[in-house]
Amino acid sequence: MNEIWTYLQQNQSAVLDALGQHVVLAVLPLLIGVVLALPVGYLGVRFGWLYHPILNVSGLIYSIPSLAVFVALPYVLGTKILSPVNIVVALALYTVALMARTVADGLRSVDPTLTEAATAMGYRRTRRLWEVELPLAAPVILAGVRVAAVSNISLVSVGALLGVGGLGALFTRGFQLFYTAPIIVGIVLSIALAAVADLLIVWLQRAVTPWTRAVKEA
Amino acid sequence: MDGTPYLLDGANWDWAAPGSIPHLLLAHLGYTALSVLVGFLVAFPIGLLIGHTGRGSFLAINAGNVGRSLPTLGLLSLLVVYLSGRGILPVIIALVVLVVPPILTSTYAGLRSVDPSAVDAARGMGMSPAQVLFRVELPMALPVVFGGLRAAVLQVVATATVAAYVGLSGLGRLLVDGLALNDYGRMVAGAVVVAVLAVGLDLLLGLVQRYVVSPGLTGRGLSRARGPRSVAESGAHPERELAPSKGTS
Repeated sequence: MNEIWTYLQQNQSAVLDALGQHVVLAVLPLLIGVVLALPVGYLGVRFGWLYHPILNVSGLIYSIPSLAVFVALPYVLGTKILSPVNIVVALALYTVALMARTVADGLRSVDPTLTEAATAMGYRRTRRLWEVELPLAAPVILAGVRVAAVSNISLVSVGALLGVGGLGALFTRGFQLFYTAPIIVGIVLSIALAAVADLLIVWLQRAVTPWTRAVKEA
Repeated sequence: MDGTPYLLDGANWDWAAPGSIPHLLLAHLGYTALSVLVGFLVAFPIGLLIGHTGRGSFLAINAGNVGRSLPTLGLLSLLVVYLSGRGILPVIIALVVLVVPPILTSTYAGLRSVDPSAVDAARGMGMSPAQVLFRVELPMALPVVFGGLRAAVLQVVATATVAAYVGLSGLGRLLVDGLALNDYGRMVAGAVVVAVLAVGLDLLLGLVQRYVVSPGLTGRGLSRARGPRSVAESGAHPERELAPSKGTS
């Protein structure tokens, strides 16, 4: 334990920098991915024949190893291999792949009688989507966001093999120096970050879907 | 990319040359098979026990989240430093840690998704607890169990690339050596072979699943018979309940 405290005191700013980079590299693609997945998932519901193609394509994207994507993206995008843009684009791609299906499933899980009721009350399609369907699908969608957030946080560190990886840099440094302290610090911070992100999203879900609790308490 | 692409250069496929693509592929498959096997032998019985008895479900539900948030690269680096080498042992341990959560969670979720009335009926027919588990619950849970197994294999194939980082073999060698040598063509070749392997293994497991899962569950073979609607046709998708997860590679 002492070893770890000494390491933390001596490398405070390096560890904080790695942590900060890790948060940015995980959160930015999460936001981009979720925003892109909403229209894709909606299309899968609005045009039913698109649902299965979307499912297959996203399954295929999801099965490509992230290290492979990190390496291949510079070739496609024309970026430098050490550019953080590759990590952001790759993780955003995975987030879209994961969330498109979740959004579609969430929207499909909305009770049709409720959307019919909204239509009967004079809601047009767009307003019905924003005010009825999306809020009712929120628990399913946010459950998907939890999975995406946690897996993004863990995937960022793989980027360290290419030189950009937030907390992953602590793993490679520890391995090169044959020194456990930075590795343990990196693992603990990475898990803690995932746990905090998970709790934040659960809290968000409770805040935006108060009716789910009201039903349980009744 | 100048000259012949790495993948199309016959010399890189030469079986006689150590470190050629077939050797790396074989090593990669070896790490994958060994860790999936060990992980399955650990997780499957525990999943069966928890799913059948309903005790310890907290463990099965949270295993998935903990597994997802643990960075494999960190765990592997730690194991290598801590055990000071020991060949493939650190890699296999790190990959087994990756395999256990999805199989444990899916086995549990699969057994829980079985219609309780089917279990009641089996008991009423006088089946012993073991018969209920292996002849009713497990066959009906198979689609979900397969979902977990496929997720685990995908994660391991993708993550086994980190073995190269700690000086071992596998397809990660192409990525790590390519990076060290500034040989971009080699890295792309590695990325392509790993991706193709991952997709290929998933398709293979999908095929196995088609033939192992009872037609009564998939609706296969019922297209012409006008029998009662199967689970698949009635719109129930037990495998949906399991969120997919992505490995740390």
